Amino acid sequence: MTGTDPMISLSNVEKRYGAFQVLKGVSLEVARGEKVVVCGPSGSGKSTMIRCINRLERHEAGRITVDGIELTDDPKQIEAIRRDVGMVFQQFNLFPHLTVLQNLTLAPVKVRGMKERDARDLAMQLLETVRIPEQADKYPGQLSGGQQQRVAIARALAMKPKAMLFDEPTSALDPEMIKEVLDAMVALAGQGMTMIVVTHEMGFARQVADKIVFMDQGQIVEEATPTDFFSKPKSERAQLFLSNILGH
Amino acid sequence: MKAIAWARANLFNGVWNTILTLVAGYLIARGAWMAIDWGLIHAAWSAPDGRACRAITNDEGACWAFIEQWYRFILFGRFPPGEQWRALIVVILFIGMVVVSCDRRLWRSAWPITAIWVVGLIVSFILMHGGVLGLPVVTTDLWNGLPLTLFLSVIALAGAFPLAILLALGRRSDYPIIRALSVGYIELVRGVPIISILFMASVMLPLFLPAGVNIDNLIRALVGLMLFYAAALAEVIRGGLQAIPTGQYEAADVLGLSFGQKTRLVVLPQALSITIPPLVNTFIAAFKDTTLVTIVGLFDLLTTASNSITDPQWRGFYVEAYVFVAAIYFVFCFSMSRYSRSLERSTER
Repeated sequence: MTGTDPMISLSNVEKRYGAFQVLKGVSLEVARGEKVVVCGPSGSGKSTMIRCINRLERHEAGRITVDGIELTDDPKQIEAIRRDVGMVFQQFNLFPHLTVLQNLTLAPVKVRGMKERDARDLAMQLLETVRIPEQADKYPGQLSGGQQQRVAIARALAMKPKAMLFDEPTSALDPEMIKEVLDAMVALAGQGMTMIVVTHEMGFARQVADKIVFMDQGQIVEEATPTDFFSKPKSERAQLFLSNILGH
Repeated sequence: MKAIAWARANLFNGVWNTILTLVAGYLIARGAWMAIDWGLIHAAWSAPDGRACRAITNDEGACWAFIEQWYRFILFGRFPPGEQWRALIVVILFIGMVVVSCDRRLWRSAWPITAIWVVGLIVSFILMHGGVLGLPVVTTDLWNGLPLTLFLSVIALAGAFPLAILLALGRRSDYPIIRALSVGYIELVRGVPIISILFMASVMLPLFLPAGVNIDNLIRALVGLMLFYAAALAEVIRGGLQAIPTGQYEAADVLGLSFGQKTRLVVLPQALSITIPPLVNTFIAAFKDTTLVTIVGLFDLLTTASNSITDPQWRGFYVEAYVFVAAIYFVFCFSMSRYSRSLERSTER
């Protein structure tokens, strides 16, 4: 396999909840080191799409491959993909019964088989990069939302993933905490991480994204560079969406 | 001054509240006085026999001389008097093991607690049963009173707990067969009185065993209790499992934790810590329910107490006997309750 293979590739992915079809044949290629921002109105299937990539949702048709591994029902494939893909949730989902440090070391030690000591060193180093090393021994409940989300980013990075998925990482945050989380994500982007980010933060999209994907009603309506997307969106729906979120 | 202000705000704020306070206060004071009068002032602390004791108290006070004479029988039943030091050590050992296991610092790894219990149970069994190291054999029908109560409740609960966790997880399993088996077991066992389970274990089970195979009555009762407690605890634990948000499962999944790791490291610690109050509630009820083993011919603490009052010399001192036993039960149950409070506080974050 060559370096030009896509890191993540979706082709004609379909998913339905009962009678409602959430994804209607979604195809997307994300190259190594590429940063993709996914936006669109709520209910458009953005979250479902990235949740399919690490099998939090099972896709019913189409192909998903991550770093050359196809995602099938085989638990081995699923495990292999989950080890390589980190994820950050809207609600942080830190483990409340573990300290910040333990949140970071749990998976590296238990899943990667890393030595406790090495895992702690790595965890402290990651907490430095998200700029909260002093919180290492606190419990998640003692931190602000912004701090929790930065811990969640560090926790995902502790598994040394090849790609990172962000599912509306700033939507549950108070406005004054959004910047600290976005700063951490910008820094991560600067290190060349492959990222797919579902977000409404258009400033972040403009600054970081290589590609913007606009989704509506279970389909990718438009794929463009930030410059093109913001200055001359082709589809009417994207124009409407942009005028709604940027219009005031 | 503060106390007066508090009383005014809470006890005497308004006509009805004042009346209620006075009436309740009178009843409490009267009850307390009757208890002190009976239990201390008119009580007899020493007497050669029941008749002499009644003469001292004039039937107006407690005859604690009865307890003085009979406490060893109530505590250890028919365990040979010369060997009762062995039973006493076992009681202390059991209490010690439980207290040590309550220390959260030991919970980081399963090994220390497992080691303590394996060694503790072997030592307890050797002490109770004897037959080695020059200790005379004491058969299990003579294991009576407090050692029996502790033996049954502690081992039955300790054995039931892991089983309950499996049943609670099974009830939420994705596999229909496992789920059906768990639900079936829990509903069947929970829907039957504990007495009927003890009867079945004690009377019916031997009928199904091949001739010559004989399981000790004590073991049968123990297993019966364990199976019953498992169903009760499983439902409590299920409540805790249901309270864990899906986000926790998803976070564990995306980090690549296996099902076992997710359950052991993420889900159960949280589920168990939120179910501490109902778990301890079940533990306390279970501890008291061990008294029901009397119906299958085992002499637990309550049975030895009721037997003690049938002695011709000391007939009819049932209040004293039951107050004594109640006090013992209260100490154990109250300790459990206090421990649960402290555990709740330490897991609050």
